[in-house]
Amino acid sequence: MYKIVRKEVLNETVELMEVIAPFVARKCEPGQFIMLCVEPDGERIPLTIADFDRERETVTIIYQVVGYSTRKLSEKNVGDSIEEFVGPLGKAAPLPSAKKVLGIGGGVGIAPLYPQLRKLKENGADVDCILGGQNKDYIIMKDQMEAICANVHYASDDGSIGSKGFVTTPLEKLLDEGESYDLVIAIGPLPMMKAICHITKKHNIKTNVSLNPIMIDGTGMCGGCRVTVGNETKFACVDGPDFDGHLVDFDEAMLRQGMYKEEEHKCRLERK
Amino acid sequence: MRNNSLTKTPIPVQDPKVRNQNFDEVALGYTRDQAIEEAKRCLHCKHKPCVKGCPVNVPIPEFIQAIIDEDFEQAYEIITAENSLPAICGRVCPQENQCEGKCVRAIKGESVGIGRLERFVADEHMKNVKIENAKKEASKKGKVAVVGSGPAGLSCASELAKMGYEVTIFEVLHKTGGVLTYGIPEFRLPKDLVQKEIDLVKSLGVEIKTNVLVGQSITIDELMEEGYEAVFVGSGAGLPRFMNIEGENLNGVYSANEFLTRVNLMKAYEKDSPTPVKVGKNTVVVGGGNVAMDAARTAKRLGSENVYIVYRRGEEELPARAEEIEHAKEEGIIFKLLNNPTKIHGKDGMVTSVECIEMELGQPDESGRRRPIAKEGSEFEITADSIIIAIGQNPNPLIRQTTPGLDTHSWGGIIVEEETMETSKDDVYAGGDAVTGAATVILAMGAGKKAAKAIDNKLQNK
Ligand SMILES: Cc1cc2nc3c(=O)[nH]c(=O)nc-3n(C[C@H](O)[C@H](O)[C@H](O)COP(=O)(O)OP(=O)(O)OC[C@H]3O[C@@H](n4cnc5c(N)ncnc54)[C@H](O)[C@@H]3O)c2cc1C
Ligand SMILES: Cc1cc2nc3c(=O)[nH]c(=O)nc-3n(C[C@H](O)[C@H](O)[C@H](O)COP(=O)(O)OP(=O)(O)OC[C@H]3O[C@@H](n4cnc5c(N)ncnc54)[C@H](O)[C@@H]3O)c2cc1C
Ligand code: SF4
Ligand code: SF4
Ligand code: FES
Repeated sequence: MYKIVRKEVLNETVELMEVIAPFVARKCEPGQFIMLCVEPDGERIPLTIADFDRERETVTIIYQVVGYSTRKLSEKNVGDSIEEFVGPLGKAAPLPSAKKVLGIGGGVGIAPLYPQLRKLKENGADVDCILGGQNKDYIIMKDQMEAICANVHYASDDGSIGSKGFVTTPLEKLLDEGESYDLVIAIGPLPMMKAICHITKKHNIKTNVSLNPIMIDGTGMCGGCRVTVGNETKFACVDGPDFDGHLVDFDEAMLRQGMYKEEEHKCRLERK
Repeated sequence: MRNNSLTKTPIPVQDPKVRNQNFDEVALGYTRDQAIEEAKRCLHCKHKPCVKGCPVNVPIPEFIQAIIDEDFEQAYEIITAENSLPAICGRVCPQENQCEGKCVRAIKGESVGIGRLERFVADEHMKNVKIENAKKEASKKGKVAVVGSGPAGLSCASELAKMGYEVTIFEVLHKTGGVLTYGIPEFRLPKDLVQKEIDLVKSLGVEIKTNVLVGQSITIDELMEEGYEAVFVGSGAGLPRFMNIEGENLNGVYSANEFLTRVNLMKAYEKDSPTPVKVGKNTVVVGGGNVAMDAARTAKRLGSENVYIVYRRGEEELPARAEEIEHAKEEGIIFKLLNNPTKIHGKDGMVTSVECIEMELGQPDESGRRRPIAKEGSEFEITADSIIIAIGQNPNPLIRQTTPGLDTHSWGGIIVEEETMETSKDDVYAGGDAVTGAATVILAMGAGKKAAKAIDNKLQNK
């Protein structure tokens, strides 16, 4: 059992939890993730490690309540425990020595983006970012990002913050204005990452993305998380979850992610 | 009063038409009288050929004698002196190639039902035993870490605990048992029985830490630094192989591991399980081993109407246990032997059919089995909503990648000294599927036991 020591509500659907998990906290690096079961015989769901504290032996997760298991998770409070919590899983994000980096985060994708940008900053890079979401209340971690980024650009569906529309709008604008980056890190929904890669490829900027296919075990045992990268089949849970975005077959990834959509969203929410 | 019957005393089984709708155990096990009747078929051969066929040398005629004497506890003691998981081995050992394959009675008629008797003895014991809590004595002999709680890890841990070592098993999944828990289905190996066998191992004082991925959560070198004097790696062969054919990443194509894990570990067969699994009307399972049989029979139970086994060699070459093949046929699984999938077709990302080609057998290859050759122009299609690939597993590369100094074969198996199971790295031992590639429960247990002896030897002579 893994005890919850902190819980914050970041917005209507996104929450943060800090959990005591010594084996994870001692070793994890940005880009890695955990899998948890909220209850005995629950579903194993993957969540990115948003932060960690080696001394207190805690790990922070930030999750969006989208379905059955994340709803169950959100019912837990400080002092309660999570049944199972395993990690760190996956490879640490490849953080090449880049001079100027642009991070692009959409929705809860901002959470896993933050520790990567922070690490790059610590390694001496100049860091900018574009954060996107439905409206200004849905964009999380603004303060933390403002603290480490020289420039923070926003995009929202309703224009309540930054430019109206998708994160690709400010991205295209920046690049058209002659801004140059030697690395882009994009984390968010698949269509967003696909659109970004389309643009950065034209500008020849190396782009890392973080894939989130459906996972069962997270250890390379089931192959359910397979994705095609550079025409090769990779298991996102052990070979990733971060990959060179220009090599990812996004169309296939989107089809595969949709596999259980119906069941999960409809019946399972109704069942509750 | 010997029983001279040429055939085994029949074991009661659930009716095939009923059982292919449920997940309850297929074979129901002997009653006391049936067990004694079968035990009386044993000739108590002096040279004990059956024992030579058993990878862990269970004293077979001795335990059979105890059954005849109706001293079932004594029989249990005799078996467990050599085999710590008899309820499991009695059910899943490929007996026809092992103990029973060497039985003198098999020369004319059927062998003694050694597996069934072993299972009976273990079940009888389990019915009566009260599992006590770990009687944790101060460790006298030192600390050993075991990676993986499958049969290899469990048998190594229990042997070492019996010798007086303080043993900790590290397991990445949230449940223990390895393939016994996530792979082999409930209807063949009930999970509460597996759990009971594991509780017995725990009662010897073995500690099991779940949710720890050795190599990531902690490395083998770090375990050594923490004071473990030896490490046994029993991490199994969990990495599924795919065929690398077109359409393999379509939705509806599963590895057997994914399919069986969803069902066994995550209980997807229960109506209100939070983990879903999808099977349609037509399921094609590729492969001919135990894993393929389990996947096919599971799909049938989940409601798939037509379940096919597509295997590229013939009936003779099917590697599955004889009993599983027979049970699968009885349950209505359709065998498409001498066929090989070449391409998977789909629509909107979902599987619609699989294209196969007929095969014929040529000359024997390196493995001694006749090599399948495609018959030009014989392609045909099978309509399918799900395809389950069960063509084998390799060892997971994680331990190899995170343990400097640990030598492995090019296909991933850890290289060991055959006598001691010691690896190229000092004080690190390995056994089971991690060393051999996908094999059997009893071989994994035998390896764990061998390693325990060698670890004891090494640590005592330090
Ligand atoms: C490596 C990785 C890191 C992730 N990190 C985060 C994170 O930091 N924060 C966050 O909010 N979400 C993250 N996700 C997504 C998160 O795992 C899913 O939102 C969660 O599993 C949904 O579970 P549910 O039962 O609440 O929803 P469900 O009702 O089960 O499903 C809703 C949708 O979530 C997706 N999903 C369902 N089960 C899984 C699964 N086992 N694995 C992956 N996706 C699934 C499917 O697309 C599904 O349609 C990550 C996913 C991966 C693979
Ligand atoms: C579906 C199926 C049916 C089978 N049927 C039969 C049968 O009828 N008869 C038979 O004899 N054999 C059968 N087998 C084969 C048999 O189950 C295996 O040979 C046997 O389980 C191997 O034992 P093991 O201990 O080496 O590995 P496993 O049982 O694979 O156990 C390895 C354990 O190590 C854990 N692990 C792996 N890596 C790590 C890590 N880095 N850190 C921590 N833990 C880790 C895994 O999660 C797992 O629990 C079957 C296999 C399958 C998949
Ligand atoms: S352990 Fe397996 S091989 Fe050995 S006697 Fe028992 S059933 Fe036969
Ligand atoms: S070979 Fe068969 S008959 Fe002979 S002792 Fe063994 S089990 Fe009995
Ligand atoms: S989640 Fe099972 S192999 Fe990646």
